Amino acid sequence: MSPTFQLDGEDIAFTPGQTIMQAAKAAGVYIPHLCWHPDFPAHGSCKLCTVKANGRFGSSCTMEAQAGMSVENRTAELDDKRRTLLQMFFVEGNHFCPSCEKSGNCTLQATAYELKMMSPHFDMFYPDRPVDASHPDVLLDFNRCIMCSLCVTASRDVDKKNVFAMGGRGILGRRIHINSESGRLADTNFALTDRAAHICPVGVILPKRKGFAVPIGERRYDKAPINEQVKEPLKETAP
Amino acid sequence: MTDFSRIDAVLDRHDRNGTRLVQILRETQEQLGWLSPATLSRIATGIGRPRAEVSGTASFYSFFHTRPRGQYCVLWSDNITDRMLGNTDLMDAMCKKLWLEPGRVSEDGLVSVNTTSCTGMCDQGPAVLVNYRAIPRMTQARLGELVGLIREQKPVAEWPAEWFEVEDNIRRKDILLGHELSNGQALKTALERGAQGTLDEIKAGKLRGRGGAGFSTGMKWEACRNAVGTGGSPAHYVVCNADEGEPGTFKDRVLLNSYADLVFEGMSIAGYVVGAKKGLIYLRGEYRYLLEPMESTLAARRAAGLLGANILGKGFDFDIEIHLGAGAYVCGEESALIESLEGKPGRPRIRPPFPVTRGYLDQPTTVNNVETLAAACLIAAHGGAWYAGHGTEKSAGSKILSVSGDCERPGIYEYPYGVTVRQVLEDCGATDSQAVQISGPSGICVAAEEFGRRIAFEDLPTAGAFMVFDETRDLFEVARNFAHFFAHESCGFCTPCRVGTTLVRNMMDKISRGQGSPYDINELFKLHRVMQGASHCGLGNSACNPVFDTLNKFRPAYERRLKSLDYEPAFDLDAALSQARQMTGRDDAAAHLSNEETT
Repeated sequence: MSPTFQLDGEDIAFTPGQTIMQAAKAAGVYIPHLCWHPDFPAHGSCKLCTVKANGRFGSSCTMEAQAGMSVENRTAELDDKRRTLLQMFFVEGNHFCPSCEKSGNCTLQATAYELKMMSPHFDMFYPDRPVDASHPDVLLDFNRCIMCSLCVTASRDVDKKNVFAMGGRGILGRRIHINSESGRLADTNFALTDRAAHICPVGVILPKRKGFAVPIGERRYDKAPINEQVKEPLKETAP
Repeated sequence: MTDFSRIDAVLDRHDRNGTRLVQILRETQEQLGWLSPATLSRIATGIGRPRAEVSGTASFYSFFHTRPRGQYCVLWSDNITDRMLGNTDLMDAMCKKLWLEPGRVSEDGLVSVNTTSCTGMCDQGPAVLVNYRAIPRMTQARLGELVGLIREQKPVAEWPAEWFEVEDNIRRKDILLGHELSNGQALKTALERGAQGTLDEIKAGKLRGRGGAGFSTGMKWEACRNAVGTGGSPAHYVVCNADEGEPGTFKDRVLLNSYADLVFEGMSIAGYVVGAKKGLIYLRGEYRYLLEPMESTLAARRAAGLLGANILGKGFDFDIEIHLGAGAYVCGEESALIESLEGKPGRPRIRPPFPVTRGYLDQPTTVNNVETLAAACLIAAHGGAWYAGHGTEKSAGSKILSVSGDCERPGIYEYPYGVTVRQVLEDCGATDSQAVQISGPSGICVAAEEFGRRIAFEDLPTAGAFMVFDETRDLFEVARNFAHFFAHESCGFCTPCRVGTTLVRNMMDKISRGQGSPYDINELFKLHRVMQGASHCGLGNSACNPVFDTLNKFRPAYERRLKSLDYEPAFDLDAALSQARQMTGRDDAAAHLSNEETT
């Protein structure tokens, strides 16, 4: 029999070496997250998946499950912290949900609904984040970037292209660097068929000429909230 | 010599090895002034790494310039102690003399003036870096001369040598600074005692890390020694953390200036214990001027048979290499430091695994503070029992404090652990002290009624900073300075620290402008709770400490700034028009809006 730990009082079976997040997903239990993706090693940056394991805070995407461990997940205290983290995302970037092509398919938006975030709360930063429309097939709108690095990992590990790298420091500097001297996507070997073209959880990497193919109201998270879509594989936008 | 041949020479000197990228970037910039897009492409091709990675790394470090910088790049150290010594007025005067705005390169490309995080000259500030060379003790008179030399375009190398003299200011010696060991004595004793025997002495000496956290050095060395190297080139490494970035701390600068042999010997002993053949020192970029003297000390030790192959004829091989940082406080965190040593942005790793099992190049690595390694020599030479006889029960030995701020004799003070804050204040000639910031912004702010507390792991643990504030100082401004520091130094990896440090900074600025309310105070407490629980590393976890401490202990410093006891909007109607006024060159009454309360 496989060992178990307690997640909000519920027994969750795991195989040794699994993280709390992996075990929870396998059991169909939702732990809020943005930068974690089942196909890739944990990045551990968004901190939405922070849980309290045996009384200590930690990222459930990086913390290994231990037999008998007691983990708090959807408590008022943790969801409150998560709501603040979500608000941080909304104020540090420029998120225009009503006009965003990703609306309804966006993990950030769906998570904000799940955690009942009613407003950005803090003063907006309104950063200047230029878009890159140089590529014939793909638009990069960095206004929505949440620094999850999934495009970096997918391009490096799956596509073997290293089109993206996370560079710079802090609130002003940190951003995606493009693998060309001009810094433009058009001057790389990026292609719409790349895995990295379809990994973005928000609306940064958008295929051109495909606007609103599925009407708002019929999109993934319009149909069911994010906490009810834990077990099925993530559907990435078709090219 | 063309630019490309200079770059290639640097690349060749580093075997075109991508793990040496930070050193390659630094040396290239020293030659070419800045890192142009073409330079970065050349380096990327040279080391066979994606260009985006190279530009991503270059843009991480404050001291790397990916845009043209002035021929003279002047950076004012902006720690609170520099502020207290008048750096703001001096910098303003400098900008006026040069017709400059801070942060902008002059039209003719001659000079830029800006601030930088604490450069470790707090006992002899205000300090500047000119083209990354440290000049302490700035005065109005010296400023005038300095501006003259810049206008004449005189190379920094030809500036008056006495300007660059950095004092040790050692005011009190104890067992470490007063040691009477000869070069090689501790190492020889260690080699005779054997690796296990030396480890046993370190453990018996109850040595704990001097970087602030106080982890047992013996346990760390043992875990590293027991870990097995992996992959194609298994090895063990010793890393000396000389990235002394905590504002207010400067003891490692003095140790590396006047006690470098002791530090190198401590590294060699650590190498012998853990089974390493190579040691690396990560020296903060602000201490660039120490590089050549340290290299000469290393050369002398090689010549004396204390480094290299078959040390002291005992069959032990070990050598030390110096890496320079480039202006990133977060690299003081040991896993970020290792990332930087590997040529990457200094981003703290996910832990576990810890460096003792998977550190530099994924091999077992022990990362120790400069002072810890120096203290290890004392234990190797005199034994663990002797060392444990100093200090307190849980804090063996002595601690070097970097004393700065409002006192007559700032400088270096070494005490046995257990000394009270009051005793230190008395010794350094501090009067009417209001508070002491122990261990820098990430440490503890101690108020007058707590001056009986002791410097020791069981009471006030510290990396060494001891900044004194007398009754005339405004503790709110102290905390605001620290909030700006953390916002500038956050690596940006995790959300709570990247965004939270900026939110805290903005709120402190809002309160400073007189637009704060009790609402903002509650918000600060809330951010403290989020950042402390959820951040990826110690930087984010402790970034709110100074605000939290001063809010709890010096609440009136905040409250007298609050505009009302209710909500106050952050938006200032009149200030919003300032850009328009600047553009139109108007400043008459009609170009101003009154805010609501005055209408």
